[in-house]
Amino acid sequence: MQSLTLGPIIYHWKPEERRDFYARIADEAPVGTVYLGEVICSKRTPYFEGDYPEIIERLERGGKQVVLSSLSEVVLKREREMLAAICDTEGHEIEINNTAGLLDVAERPHRVGPLMNIYNEETMRYLAGKGATHFSLPVELPAAVVGEMAKAAKDLGVGVEVQVFGRASLAVSARCYHARAHCRTKDNCQFVCEEDPDGMPLKTVTGQSFLTINGIQTLSHSYVNLAGETDEMQAMGVTHFRLLPQRVDMVAVARVFADRISGAIDAGEADARLAMLAMPAPFSNGFWHGQQGRRQFGPKVA
Amino acid sequence: MKRPELVCPAGTPAALRTAVEAGADAVYCGFQNATNARNFPGLNFTPEEMQASVAHAHEHGTKVLLAVNTFPTAGRFNLWREAVDMGAKFGVDAFIVADIGVADYVKRTYPNIRLHLSVQAAASSPEAIRYYAREFGVKRVVLPRILTVPEIKKLAGEIPCEIETFIFGNHGLMVEGRCSLTNYVTGLSTNMDGVCSPAADVHYDKQPDGSVTTRLADFTIDSFAPDEQAGYPTICKGRYNAPNRPDAYYAFEEPISLNLSGLLPALIEAGVDAFKIEGRQRSRAYVKSAVSAFRKAVDSILAGQEPELADLLALTEGQKQTEGAFKTKKWR
Amino acid sequence: MHDAATPPAARPGLTRFLPPMPLFLLQPILKRIVARVARENPSLFNRLGPHKTARFVIDPLGLPFGLLLIPNPEALTFRAFHRRAEPESDARIGGKFLDLMGLLDGGADGDALFFSRDLDVTGNTEAVVCLRNALDDVEGSIAESVAGMFGPPGRATLAGLRRMAAKKGDHA
Repeated sequence: MQSLTLGPIIYHWKPEERRDFYARIADEAPVGTVYLGEVICSKRTPYFEGDYPEIIERLERGGKQVVLSSLSEVVLKREREMLAAICDTEGHEIEINNTAGLLDVAERPHRVGPLMNIYNEETMRYLAGKGATHFSLPVELPAAVVGEMAKAAKDLGVGVEVQVFGRASLAVSARCYHARAHCRTKDNCQFVCEEDPDGMPLKTVTGQSFLTINGIQTLSHSYVNLAGETDEMQAMGVTHFRLLPQRVDMVAVARVFADRISGAIDAGEADARLAMLAMPAPFSNGFWHGQQGRRQFGPKVA
Repeated sequence: MKRPELVCPAGTPAALRTAVEAGADAVYCGFQNATNARNFPGLNFTPEEMQASVAHAHEHGTKVLLAVNTFPTAGRFNLWREAVDMGAKFGVDAFIVADIGVADYVKRTYPNIRLHLSVQAAASSPEAIRYYAREFGVKRVVLPRILTVPEIKKLAGEIPCEIETFIFGNHGLMVEGRCSLTNYVTGLSTNMDGVCSPAADVHYDKQPDGSVTTRLADFTIDSFAPDEQAGYPTICKGRYNAPNRPDAYYAFEEPISLNLSGLLPALIEAGVDAFKIEGRQRSRAYVKSAVSAFRKAVDSILAGQEPELADLLALTEGQKQTEGAFKTKKWR
Repeated sequence: MHDAATPPAARPGLTRFLPPMPLFLLQPILKRIVARVARENPSLFNRLGPHKTARFVIDPLGLPFGLLLIPNPEALTFRAFHRRAEPESDARIGGKFLDLMGLLDGGADGDALFFSRDLDVTGNTEAVVCLRNALDDVEGSIAESVAGMFGPPGRATLAGLRRMAAKKGDHA
C-alpha cells in the first residue's frame, strides 16, 4: 500500500525495541514509506542513531521508502547541528519540521512535516516553489481545509498527507515536562521519558484522562483514528495516510488501514478490527470534523 | 547605549490612547476577527477605529504595529489579505505576521512597509530567523520566551534583523504557533481562530466549602482552596496528576507572569532593539501601570541612573512573577 | 470569602455611609445613569455584540440590594432588586462595591481583581469578559460622569468613595 506511511517514533523507546519494531514493520506492515528520525528531543539520539544504517537497510530490503525526519524544536547548537546533518544527507528524502531547516534546502527536494505550520494554499504554493514536494498537514486541520489544500497540492504536483492514526501532537515547548514531573530540569533529565513508551498520562484533579506528556511534547490522551474518513480523504485528493507508532500492534493497525484504503473493508469493519486490538486510549476524530479534537463522531455526523 | 523601543499592547482604542499617553514608542493592535492572536470578545478594533487610532498615535509620535499574526486556513486567506490592505491604507508602521503566505503577500504587495515576525512564528534559531529575513525581508523578530540573555546576545550577532523581546505579562509555556491544546478541548483554534482558552468555555464552579474549581469546557483545569489565589483556566497553567505525582502539580507551569524589569540593562546590553509588554486582553488600568513603569525604567537606564521599578506584582497572574528562561537554562 | 450568612446590614463599612434607600427611589436614578452612559458611548454596544441581551446580575457585597443590567440598546435595563428576590441571570459578578466601582472608573484592572479573587464571576464568563472589555473602552470615568449628573453632592460622594478605595488599597 504505497499511500500508507508510518510516522517517526516520537517516544523514547529502547534501542532494541526500535530494532525489533522496525524489523517487524519491514517484514510485515503494508506501508509504503517509513519516516525515521528523532523529532522531539535531541538528547535521545545517541542511544539509537548508530542503529540507523541497519534499520534503513532492513526497511528498504522490505520494500519501504525511508524518509529522514528532523527535529521540531531547534534552538541549541546540538539541535542546529543535528538539523544541518540531516539536510546534508544524501540518498534519502528528508522531512523538515522546523523553519530553520528551510534556510538551506531550497536546492534539494524536501518534505514538509506535520509540525510545520502549513495552514493554507498560499503557504503551500510558496514552499512548493522552493523545492517542497510533499506536505504532511497539521493534525488540527478540519476536512474542509484539507480539501482545499489537496486541491492546491494537485495543481502544484505535490503530495499531501494526513495523520489517520495515533495521538495528536497538541503542543511542543522548550521545557521538558517529563523532567519537570520528576523534579528535574531538561539538562538533567536522566532520560526519565524512557519509562513511558506510550507517553506519560496526565489526569485532571477530578480524575479525567486528559493529556499525554512526551518530553517537550504534549499529546492528546486519545488516539486519532480516521479509519472512517479515508473515503472522504481519497475523494478530495489526499495522497498519503500516516500512522503514528503507538504501543499497540502497529502491524495489525497498518493492515486495517491498508484494507480500508484499498476498499477491501468498510468503516464498520475497520472499527471492529481496531476494537479487537485493545487500545489503551479512546479514539477521537474531532479535529477532522472541525470540532473539539477530543471528540469522536460516528459515520453519520459530519 | 541603544535606545530600545517600548512596544505596548492596545486591545481597544481607549487602551491605545492610554498607552500613547503613558509613553509607548509603539503600540500593537489588531482587528475584530481571527486575523490576530487575541481574538477575544469585546476586544480589538473596527476598521474605523483603527484608522482613527493610527492617526491619533501618529499625531503623538507613536508607531502602530498591526498584528496579523494567526494562520489563515485554506479558503479564508482573503480575510488576512483584507486586514493587511486596510492596515496599509491606514498607514500602520509595520505588520506583525507569522504565516509564510501572509508574509509573502505583504512583501509582494507592500514592499515599503516593515515586516515584523510574530512570536507565533516561533523562530528560535539564527537559521529560522535568517530564513524569514532572506525570504520576506523581515526587519524584526519577536523572540520566543525561551532564550537566556547570553543566548540572545549571541543570537543578535548572527541575524540580520532587529530583536524584540517580551519583558512583562503572560508567560506562554508552549512554543507559540504550535499549540492546539485549546482546540482539542473547545473546538476553537489558537492558530486558526486567534483564541486561547475562550471565555465562553470557562467555568468557575464554586463548591460548598468555598473552594473554586475551574474548568475549560469539560475538563477540570484547577481547583483552588477558599483563600488561594485563583488563575484563569489556561490548560498550560493547570494542575494535574501524573502516575508519580499523586498530589496535583503544575505539570507545565504555575500561574505566573513574566517580569524582566530587573534584566532591562542586560537586555539592552545584549542588543535587544525593542521591549514588548504583553496584554492586549488586559484593561486600560493595566496598560497605564505597566507602560508608565517601564517607560520610567527604560528612561532611567538610558540616563545612566539606577532604574526605579514600580511594584507591578498586583498586575501579575497569580500575583507571582518570574524571569523565566531569560534568567537561567534551568527553566527548561 | 464571601460570607453569605452575614446579613448585609450587619457588615461594617459602606452601609454606614449610604443610608438604606427604598428601591423605588433608586430605580429612576439607575435608569438615568444607564441611559446617559448609553447615549454617550454608542460604540459600547457594538463591542458587546451577541451579549447585548445577556442578563448580568451585579452583586455589590455590603450593599442591601443587587443590580440587574441588560445592556440592550433596544430595551436598556438597569435596576436594583432586593436580595431576597434575585432575578434570573446569565452571568453574575460579585465584589466589594469599591472594587466594582474601580472597574467602572478605569482605575482598576479586572484581571488583577479577579486574580486576587476580589471579583467573583459565575455563569457566562464570555459575556462578563465582553462587558468588561466594552466598558474598558469607555474613555474617561463612567463613575465621574455619573457623579456629575448629581451636581456637587454627587461629586462629593464620589470623592469620598475614592478616598475610601485609596485607603483600602493602602492596607491591602
